[in-house]
Amino acid sequence: MNAPLLDAPLLEARDLRLSFGSIRALDGVNATLWPGEVLAIVGESGSGKTTLLNVLSGRARPDMGQAIYRDPEGAAHDVHAMPAPQLRALHRSDWGFVHQNPRDALRMGVSAGGNVGERLMAQGARHYGSIRDTAIDRLRQVEISADRIDDLPRTFSGGMLQRLQIARTLATHPRLVFMDEPTGGLDVSVQARLLDLIRSLVARLGIAVVLVTHDIAVARLLAGRILVMRHGQVVETGLTDQVLDDPQHPYTQLLVSSVLQA
Amino acid sequence: MSAPLLRTEGLAKSFTLHLQKGTRIPVLRDIDLTLTAGECVVLSGPSGTGKSTLMRSLYGNYRAEGGRILARHRGDWVDLAGADPRLVLEVRRDTLGYVSQFLRVVPRVSTLEIVAEALTLRGTSHDEAVERARTMLLRLNLPEPLHALPPATFSGGEQQRVNLARGFIGGHPILLLDEPTASLDADNRDAVVALVREAKASGTAILGIVHDTPTRDAIADRLFHLTPLQAAA
Repeated sequence: MNAPLLDAPLLEARDLRLSFGSIRALDGVNATLWPGEVLAIVGESGSGKTTLLNVLSGRARPDMGQAIYRDPEGAAHDVHAMPAPQLRALHRSDWGFVHQNPRDALRMGVSAGGNVGERLMAQGARHYGSIRDTAIDRLRQVEISADRIDDLPRTFSGGMLQRLQIARTLATHPRLVFMDEPTGGLDVSVQARLLDLIRSLVARLGIAVVLVTHDIAVARLLAGRILVMRHGQVVETGLTDQVLDDPQHPYTQLLVSSVLQA
Repeated sequence: MSAPLLRTEGLAKSFTLHLQKGTRIPVLRDIDLTLTAGECVVLSGPSGTGKSTLMRSLYGNYRAEGGRILARHRGDWVDLAGADPRLVLEVRRDTLGYVSQFLRVVPRVSTLEIVAEALTLRGTSHDEAVERARTMLLRLNLPEPLHALPPATFSGGEQQRVNLARGFIGGHPILLLDEPTASLDADNRDAVVALVREAKASGTAILGIVHDTPTRDAIADRLFHLTPLQAAA
């Protein structure tokens, strides 16, 4: 009786399998990401969550199974069957990737504005003045003041570097962003500000996010849906607050009951 | 006769505690509850009979185990029991509001923005949302100097009023109130009673858990009684 929600999924994992030797990092994973939603992938270290993120984003190949991305025209693409240049183009425009360590994504020898502008140029922007204006705007969105635009990233604090990485990633207004522990390793005060920033930017720009985190409080605040992984398998998935407040699977019950209350 | 907006049919819920050797605790069975536009129903029954569990199951915060939870959403009936999470989120945004006992928000976000967000999520412009949030907070006797502060350091009663402001501002057709006056003084209870009466007058269907008798008598049109299941289990 419930009317179908009419849109099509943005990204789908179909029976993804990947082993490293005798370890099954992904053991038959199915997942769906819808336009504009934030999906959290949680689980302990070694559960396969980062491997899933890497396979979904085409950074690693599965042994079996497919990751299907639907482009703005509605055409479906097998991420791992795509020619390399096409995948690279996707990563420069429609997709973004936010790493736990911003130094993995930023060019440390290039100014803050240059880091943002580079992504705009990769998408075809050529006019210097407008690239600089857009870069200032994107930096302002992440609360980095315009007078820092010509500074090198190495003069930035850890929290600022992470905000700069987000500004760079969101410069081209991607439809889909992969995030790997985006607030990991930051002071709690910096983390709170970053959470608010990610939340408001994602809502305002309508970006879909696959968020890997080991911190279920972060998942609760950012994600509408959650996927709990263990030993390369999805043990439970659903509405974030329902899975966390009324967990069904023994492992999810253990995970939720193990969190320290602040 | 007013139109029903929420109806449960044979709703059941139990909890299985895998960390306690799979102990199963039955809480709700065969709950048939109807809520119509403009009425306020208050759940009654002693502590531990499942009033909060029923409330949370209706909101989708707990997973219904059996039966149906039918809500009138954009002119159609939808079954929230076992519904696609995306449908539940959509119903929560547009149709079903919930004031919980605890405020759970992103740290360091101002009180005003927390309340305004309930409106911006539904497409209201930021300026208008902030203005209406300010008005609602003042109605609940939260003075302006507090609006710019995050509620983390607020007293229990102040946090509860932030929660109430956020719940009432959205104007959802169905509203669930879990002990809305638990830590409020008499003046603030009166403010809540006034908000409930206004919401009822505009056709909102309200389900509440209310322990303080004066407030309950002031807002309830009828009681819905729950009986303990565990003794029978």
